[in-house]
Amino acid sequence: MSDSSLQQRLDEVFSSFQGRAQELIPVLQAVQREFGYLSGETMLAIANFLRIPASRVFGVATFYAQFRFSAIGRKHIMACRGTACHVRGAPRIVDEIKNILKIEEGETTADGEYSLETVACIGCCGLAPCIMINGEVKAKLTPKKIAELFAKKE
Amino acid sequence: MTEINLLINGKAVVAEEGQSVLAAALAHNIYIPHLCDHPDLKPTGACRLCLVEIAGQVVTACTTQVLEGLEVKTDTAEIERVRKTTVELLLINHERNCLECASDASCELQKVAQYVGIGLHDLKKYGAAVKRVDIDDSNPFFNIDHNKCIKCGICIRTCDELQNLGVIDFANRGYDTVVSTFDGRPLIESDCKSCGECAVRCPTGAMTLKTQQTPTREEKTICPYCGCGCGMYLGVRDNKIVSARGDRENPSNSGSLCVKGRFGYEFVNSPERLTTPLIKESGEFRKATWDEALDLIAKKLVAIKGDKFALLASAKATNEDNYVLQKFVRVVMGTNNVDHCARLCHAPTVAGLAQSFGSGAMTNATKDIGMAKCIFAIGTNTTAAHPIIALQVKKVAREGGILIVANPRKIDLCRHATIFLQHKPGTDVALMMGMMRVIVDEKLQNENFIKARCDNFSEFKKSLAAFDLDFVEKTTGVAREKIIAAARAYATSGTSAILYSMGITQHTHGTDNVLATSNLALLTGNVGRPGTGVNPLRGQNNVQGACDMGALPNVYPGYQKIVDAKNQKKFESAWGAKLSNKIGLTHMEIFDAITDGKVDFLYTVGENPVLSEANAGHVIEALNEIKFFVAQDIFLTETAQFADVVLPAVTYAEKDGTFTNTERRVQRVRKIIEPIGDAKPDWWIICQLAKRLEAIRHPVLDTGSKSVRGVQCSQHSVDSAVKPRNDAVQQNEAMQRNNDAERLGKLNASGFDFENAEQIMDEITAVTPSYAGINYERLECAAGLQWPCPNNEHPGTPILHTEKFATVSGKGNFMPLVYKPSAELPDDEYPLILTTDRSLFHFHTATMTRKVKGLEELRPFEVVRINPIDAEELKINDGEMIKVISRRGEVAAKAKITIASPVGVIAMTFHFAESPTNMVTNPAVDPVAKIPETKVAAVRIEKA
Ligand code: SF4
Ligand code: SF4
Ligand code: SF4
Ligand code: FES
Ligand code: FES
Repeated sequence: MSDSSLQQRLDEVFSSFQGRAQELIPVLQAVQREFGYLSGETMLAIANFLRIPASRVFGVATFYAQFRFSAIGRKHIMACRGTACHVRGAPRIVDEIKNILKIEEGETTADGEYSLETVACIGCCGLAPCIMINGEVKAKLTPKKIAELFAKKE
Repeated sequence: MTEINLLINGKAVVAEEGQSVLAAALAHNIYIPHLCDHPDLKPTGACRLCLVEIAGQVVTACTTQVLEGLEVKTDTAEIERVRKTTVELLLINHERNCLECASDASCELQKVAQYVGIGLHDLKKYGAAVKRVDIDDSNPFFNIDHNKCIKCGICIRTCDELQNLGVIDFANRGYDTVVSTFDGRPLIESDCKSCGECAVRCPTGAMTLKTQQTPTREEKTICPYCGCGCGMYLGVRDNKIVSARGDRENPSNSGSLCVKGRFGYEFVNSPERLTTPLIKESGEFRKATWDEALDLIAKKLVAIKGDKFALLASAKATNEDNYVLQKFVRVVMGTNNVDHCARLCHAPTVAGLAQSFGSGAMTNATKDIGMAKCIFAIGTNTTAAHPIIALQVKKVAREGGILIVANPRKIDLCRHATIFLQHKPGTDVALMMGMMRVIVDEKLQNENFIKARCDNFSEFKKSLAAFDLDFVEKTTGVAREKIIAAARAYATSGTSAILYSMGITQHTHGTDNVLATSNLALLTGNVGRPGTGVNPLRGQNNVQGACDMGALPNVYPGYQKIVDAKNQKKFESAWGAKLSNKIGLTHMEIFDAITDGKVDFLYTVGENPVLSEANAGHVIEALNEIKFFVAQDIFLTETAQFADVVLPAVTYAEKDGTFTNTERRVQRVRKIIEPIGDAKPDWWIICQLAKRLEAIRHPVLDTGSKSVRGVQCSQHSVDSAVKPRNDAVQQNEAMQRNNDAERLGKLNASGFDFENAEQIMDEITAVTPSYAGINYERLECAAGLQWPCPNNEHPGTPILHTEKFATVSGKGNFMPLVYKPSAELPDDEYPLILTTDRSLFHFHTATMTRKVKGLEELRPFEVVRINPIDAEELKINDGEMIKVISRRGEVAAKAKITIASPVGVIAMTFHFAESPTNMVTNPAVDPVAKIPETKVAAVRIEKA
């Protein structure tokens, strides 16, 4: 993304705000809506726009689980850690994903293919443990199935 | 102040209104455990340790204010139980190898744990604490070990509330909460200014200074860098300075220090210090004894008459040094050829404000600036050059005051500005006259003030006619709306202060610029009250003092003009010598005179004109031609390399004396360590020379007469110069102080028999009316004294011109002005303007700061700051080496692409010998003040 188009998109987002410090959270949300995540660059721009220290923007953004700091992958994984999935072994499933893709929650693989997020119940408790990849549910998972699912990756 | 009576644990306690219960208890030696409270910061109640019981309720003492009749219990069983759990929770996750911690014994957490009765064995059950986060040791001066952090937030609040920077904040949540820079980057990659204010307040070992050792003793002194003149305590171990901390009692800085003050002391013990005199023989320096060097210089000096001699004194040296230096030039050499680097920085201030206000100094005190409702900061990069004064400026902006920043560059201060006027370099007169035009057109001027206290208003008003906003807008490049807004804000706040610095003075119309600031203040009546005034921020630690001491070619100490026969007579009788009434040469003129064959002997003290003088190529030429050149310094500077004899001087830490800071505060500097090698105080060296010259000139006196003491530079006399004074001497001086007239009479003809700095101060005060009431005894008990201080009872003068101005008429003088463009404007061949600026991490030609490893690490080389649009046009990449070329020379440095520089303007410092910026700057001078135009030069850029 060139600097000018980034700035244009930011200006567009900022245009519906007044630039007051109290607007930080809504501005963060709006920027994330526009770009899908918060980058260092966009957070700095927010700090300048609201005239508050950049560290405060970062501090607030990292405090809330709703914000992410890397672009979503082409395939976005939402791993369920709801109760049903949890008792049926979700932690092992998530660990296995992390292990294979070598990313943590909230991160994206270096090639931009996969990103991982954990969520509370995705509403398919009968199929637990389950995950969603770009909205498509993968059900009754085991670490072995995970390995197969992401085999291409390696 | 209202007194409040309360009971703490049954004990009657008298507190001040507004005090917290915690502060009241601590003030009465009642300990309440506390970790997140700091007297400089707003309380947050984060650590929950300072629990107390009031009226059956448990509250945090730090967030509870005292009230009449309050009954406070600090250690009920309930509180003790809660506290113990809180401390345990803190310690479970904390590394527990206290003995290996840099904060062992000074750690507040340790203290609290002891108080609540938790020992290490109590924590065994939790196993070893895990180290979760890497230590951030990227900053050269301090580390952050997050594993020892108790999340008290003191560091964060310090950076936010006191520094107004907010470099750090808490990031993440819950168990993972850390003190973090933006984006979790290492400190060195953040906006951190390395002031260390956060680190010194951290109650635990989480933030610790890298260099600091525990000193064996501490001594009070003054920072040797900038004109803020911050008070500090230096810690010493084995004749080495190992620590520095701010003096909380000092009104100039109230305990704050910037990165240079706190960490910049390493140069004192640098192995590169000059330790013996050096004599150049066939192009090479060889070590010499003092006798050899001084005799050689004296022999050369005898052959030199009057105006063939010139001396550059030092704004880094003490008042006592400078007094003796100018006296030597005038009395012994019979010339007024003495000047110093004030010529290159604030000569227009001295010349301009003397005309309009009658006194060329900052009108108000540093503390005062914080009381302004509106600040107009023009041509001052305050956060870089006067960091502690900048704290006051940022405070005003934070507390809702209006900050108007006028600067061609988008400097750091702009972040805090309400209005930013980005005018073109050299258009200051147009900008300020434009503002005044608005004020007069809108009738916002202070008629009463103008009538009662000013002269020449109608003449001045006429000169405003030329500054209609069309012209001003076109000339300055600033939109008229902004000029109008700034004019209104300044004129109507009721309490407006002007701050300025080199951006105003270093121009061929520098004096006009200064007069524009005084016009603005007079027009709106913003003089003579707290929070107002015209405040030139002086650069060097003692540039004010060096001027006060008469290290200038046209005035004796206290700005007493040499052309006034009355003054000449006064000083002839005081000094017992015939004096010249011919105004001497200024800084730039001295070098011209050398190349013209009019000056044969140059003596420099602590000056580095090879880097600091505009068109430095000419200085080098002169130094190659000069017949004899003596350089007295602490290091073998770029300038000293040219000398025939180099004399090693001591630093501020090795001598007694006084510095006068930018707010006219005279403060004591103390001998804290023994001199390094054979280095000597500047005044001592000059006195030795005076005596030797006297002995050669008048050999008849050479038997037992007082004036020949020390002619033979025996070890004995060397010692007596630096030895503490005995009681008899002290008594003697006390007697002398009682009778000024008698003192004047007593000064003997040679007048260079001083045994210590205090004797020199006594002579200074006898001949300098504005210093008359100052003596070492008084400086001892007070936080220094601000001149004018005309007698021993006078408390000093924080604010000038309160009732009348220091002019002859007592009125403030309006000065009509016209706009004059800079001497060299861009053209096809040299299309860019080069302006000079400063880095926070270095000082002047960096002879001292570059000897400090950490400062060098923070800013290791010169950069050319250039706007992205210019860079793109010239196809220059960030970090690429480029050449900056002017009509006078060229200099190479790395490009730094930044919007801080406007299109068409590039900026460089003059801190780096490898990139000597002054090779290209313009030596054209202001006709009145003779200051060169180092802020505007036409240049072009080429790839290196
Ligand atoms: S050193 Fe100074 S600027 Fe840096 S984080 Fe600490 S308080 Fe802020
Ligand atoms: S680093 Fe020190 S001052 Fe900062 S929060 Fe941690 S313990 Fe407190
Ligand atoms: S350099 Fe200036 S601001 Fe910094 S500590 Fe020294 S006197 Fe104070
Ligand atoms: S708990 Fe996983 S889908 Fe409901
Ligand atoms: S000192 Fe009061 S809560 Fe920390």
